[in-house]
This record gives sequence, structure tokens and C-alpha cells, in this order.
Amino acid sequence: MAETWHHPSSRLLTLRRIEVGAVALALAIAAVAALTASTLGLALGGAALVVGAASEWFVRRRFHAWGYAEREDDLLIRRGVMFSRLSVVPYGRMQFVDVTAGPLERAFGLATVRLHTAAAATDARIPGLERNEAARLRDLLAERGEAQAAGI
Amino acid sequence: MTGSDEWRRLHPLTPIVRGGRATIGLAVILLPSALAGRHGRGSLIEIGVVAVLLVLGFVRWLVTRWKVDGDDLRIESGLIRRRSVRFPLSQVQAVDVVRPGLARLFRVAELRLRLGGSTGGSARLAYLAEREVEPLRARFLELAAGTGPAPAAVGEERVLSVVPTGRLIGSILISDVGVAAETVVLALVVVAVVSPAAAVGAISGGAFAIVSALTLVWRRFNQEYRLTVVDHSDGLILRGGLIALTSETIRPGRVQAVRMVEPVLWRRLGWCRLEVDVAGRQRSEGEGSAQRKPLRAVLPVGSHAVAEELLDHLVPDRPRQQSKPPGRARWKSPLRYRMLAWGRTDTCVGTTSGRLRRVTSFVPLEKAQSVRRVQGPVQRRLGLASVYVDTVGRRVHAAIRDREADEAEGALEDLAVLARAARRAA
Repeated sequence: MAETWHHPSSRLLTLRRIEVGAVALALAIAAVAALTASTLGLALGGAALVVGAASEWFVRRRFHAWGYAEREDDLLIRRGVMFSRLSVVPYGRMQFVDVTAGPLERAFGLATVRLHTAAAATDARIPGLERNEAARLRDLLAERGEAQAAGI
Repeated sequence: MTGSDEWRRLHPLTPIVRGGRATIGLAVILLPSALAGRHGRGSLIEIGVVAVLLVLGFVRWLVTRWKVDGDDLRIESGLIRRRSVRFPLSQVQAVDVVRPGLARLFRVAELRLRLGGSTGGSARLAYLAEREVEPLRARFLELAAGTGPAPAAVGEERVLSVVPTGRLIGSILISDVGVAAETVVLALVVVAVVSPAAAVGAISGGAFAIVSALTLVWRRFNQEYRLTVVDHSDGLILRGGLIALTSETIRPGRVQAVRMVEPVLWRRLGWCRLEVDVAGRQRSEGEGSAQRKPLRAVLPVGSHAVAEELLDHLVPDRPRQQSKPPGRARWKSPLRYRMLAWGRTDTCVGTTSGRLRRVTSFVPLEKAQSVRRVQGPVQRRLGLASVYVDTVGRRVHAAIRDREADEAEGALEDLAVLARAARRAA
């Protein structure tokens, strides 16, 4: 397969790292504070930080696994490290495309594009696209979907 | 196209039939007191309730009207909140005629149009006079096929299969639902024999389980009693039912997937069950998975020869040969391994899977919505991967499990290309 793969914006990685870091830090502080800085509290806090650091590494790998490629007739989406998935979604099968952005994503100028087909099992979403890239993709998908639409 | 009709009402007996069981229940409660000629306060209230219900039902009937408007079916209903729905007939996936027991008594029937699309709504015309239903069904199917008025000659019919009652009873008794129901009943009998005192408690405690198990068994029997498959120019027609009669038409090219199920106890007898998945009647938004209805059985129970013949009608170009996965897949799916296999032709993919029962699914590639390749951690270590062909259906998926990673990669690409070609050809 010789298609060009696009990836989510690197700001998504920053966002994910901040999320994981904040949770780990909050847990560590909570553990230390709740057990009034006893040995157990310090140990738990330390553990939370270590797990957080490991998660940072995992988040990084997961981020790099995301990718999508536009082909002539279908969109390829790949994701996942432990469970790696590659979906082929024909443009003609798309029922609608929606673009969502949560508060954090919005703060980073990002959006998630989700493709819906008539099958519930189709799990095709691309997170962390820069806003204009998301809009471009949405319009492109809508246009090609229209051109190739096929009945159920 | 065909012109518009006048607005029409449903059958005047609709409120009574819709009331259904409530009507029967009320009659049972009211008759004795009416016959006894008591004129107490209680019976006045009862009569009042019945009157109010009847008036409400009547008003509902009065404000509901329908007509065929060009290529659309329009239904208007509601007194206070008026609802007007337009169903495009070109999207009809199947047309069913349903006649519950009470409706048969009053010679009326319900016409149900199943529509495609992810919302999967269905248009219901309940109830119409029995003699109106057949011409109307034929007309809807014509409009749905977009052929305009068809020649008056009724297409010839050929009966493909009829389910013998004895075999149906036998098959239900040894099916998963049946065995569950029998276990419950048997357990209660044992408890009753061992300690009659505890039995009362057990029965009242397990009442829900008993009732639901028996309902499932009953429903299956009622629905599949003497199920007949007829080959007709409109498509395959399924007719059957004990008390509630149904008649379903499956249009050619509307079958999303077919699966053949062979439960472990049936396999020795050479029996199998054939189920089809048609678009529409999908679970709607907010409905949990518990709401999923069982698939429609084309063949509730039958021999392989009959199943093959029906399959020839449903998926003519299906793979006859299936290949097994590599031996090391045994480590990933120890229970499924014996069953796993897949095969394809240029227009259809077939897969076999299952732990205790064997399930063979066929998906026409023109119906494939998307194709996925998934590789989990265990599979990666073993150099395996699975490919899924997603369909509109709720349950039937072609899952090509645990193949060589290279083979899966190739299959993903092949299936995507073949599905595109099949879509174009359709």
C-alpha cells in the first residue's frame, strides 16, 4: 500500500500528556496529603508518579499509532498499540460526518472528526486534528461521499 | 409515477384490536358482574373506565389518516400534538403483514413497512381490512421497486420449505432457550418433591424467571409454527404463525447477511437454522442492546439440503470452500479453533465461528459497510490478525478470525477492492 499517511496534530500529544501528568500529580499530592506525609503516603505518591511517567510513554506511543490516509475510493484509519486496528471506510458508505471539540480540545484549537456508516461496528474517528484540517477533511468526505453514495 | 390518493382512515375496529389483551381482560372482569345484574358502585367505576378508554381509542382512530402521495406514504396522527410522517417508499426494505389473534377474529391486519437508514424506522398501518391488505402490499412493493404498475398477473409462487410441527417442537426442546426453560421447570419439580414447603417460596421467588423462559419458548413456537418460505416474483415470502399470523416479504438484494446456526445438540441430528438480517428494524437511538430482537428465521429448523436450497436463493454466489486458520491459532482461540474458517468469492464472503454451536455467516460484499483489521497483543505474538466485515445488521458480522498476519493484510485489501466492485455492479 503506497498511500501517504497523515497524523493528528502534535498538539494532541501535548494535550494528552498534560492530561495524564495532571492526573498523576493530583493523585500523588492527594496520597501524600491524606496520609500526612507518612512513609506509606510518600510511597504511594511516588508510585503514582512512576505510573504517570509510564503512562506518558504509553500515551506517546498511542499518539504515534494514529493515522489516516485518503485514497481514491476509501479512507484508511489506523490506531492502537496493544490492539492495532486498520479500518477501510468507503466514501460511498458514509452516512454523515461529525466534527466535535471538547473544552480542552478547543483550548488547543483541535477537533475530532467521526465518520458514521450504517453499521454500528464501524468505529472510525480521528482525534486531534487542527481545526482547519478538520474542516478540510469534513468537506472532502462530504463531497466524495455525495459523489459515490451507494444505497443500503 | 402513480398519482396521489385520497386521505383514508384505518379500519373502524382498530381501537378494539389495539386494546388487544386489555379488551379481553376487561371483558373477563366485566362480564360476570354485568351478567349477575349487580348495579353496585364498583361496576359503575368499571364501566366508566371502559367508556373513557373506548372514547380515547376512538378519538385516536378518528385523527389518524394515511394516503399514498406519489412515491411517499404519509401518515398523520395525534389530536393535540399533530404528527405528520412521510415515508419514502423507495427505501422500503421489507413489507410485513402481521395478524395477531384478536385481529384475525375481526378480520383485520397490520401492514408494516420496514425502512432502511441508520434510524431504521418502520411505518405501521394498524389495522386495515383483511381484503385491502394484499393489494396494498403488492402496490407498496411495486412502488418500492420503482417499476410502476406491474402487470396484473400475479407472479407464480413456489413453496421452498415448510417446517413440520413435530420437528419444530423437538428442535425447540433441545435449543438453548428450550433447555434453559426445561432446567428451570425441572429444578422446581425437584424442589417440590424434596420439600413441598420450600417449593411455594421457590415458585413465587422464581416466578419471573419461569414466566420469561416460558414466554421465550412460546414466542418462538408461535412465530415459527408452520413457517413457509415461498419463492415469488416480489422476493421471498415468509408466512407462518400459530395465533399471530405474519407474512413477510424479503425483496431481492435487500439481504444484508445470512447465517446458519447449528447448536451443539442439533448437529448430531443434522439440523440447522437459517436466519436473515435485513436493514431496518434496527435498534434506535437510546435503545440498549437488551432491546435487540432475535433475528428472523427463514428456516427455524431443517436439514442441510433444505438450508442449501434456501441459501441458493438468498446468497447465490457464496463460497463453497472455506480454509482453516494456522494451527497456532489454537492458542488464541482454544474453544473456537475447531470451527474457525473463511472463504470468499468475488461477491460474497463466508465465515464460520462459534464455541459450542457452529455459526456460518454469509455477507454479500455489496452490503459491506467497512472493513477492519484488528490485531491484539496475543495475536501479535503469534503472528495472527483478524479481519471484520461490518454490515448494517445487528448481529451478523463476517469475522475472519486469527489468520496469518500477511493473509489478513491481503484479505483486507482484496475485500475492500471487491466490495467496491460489487457496489458498482449492484
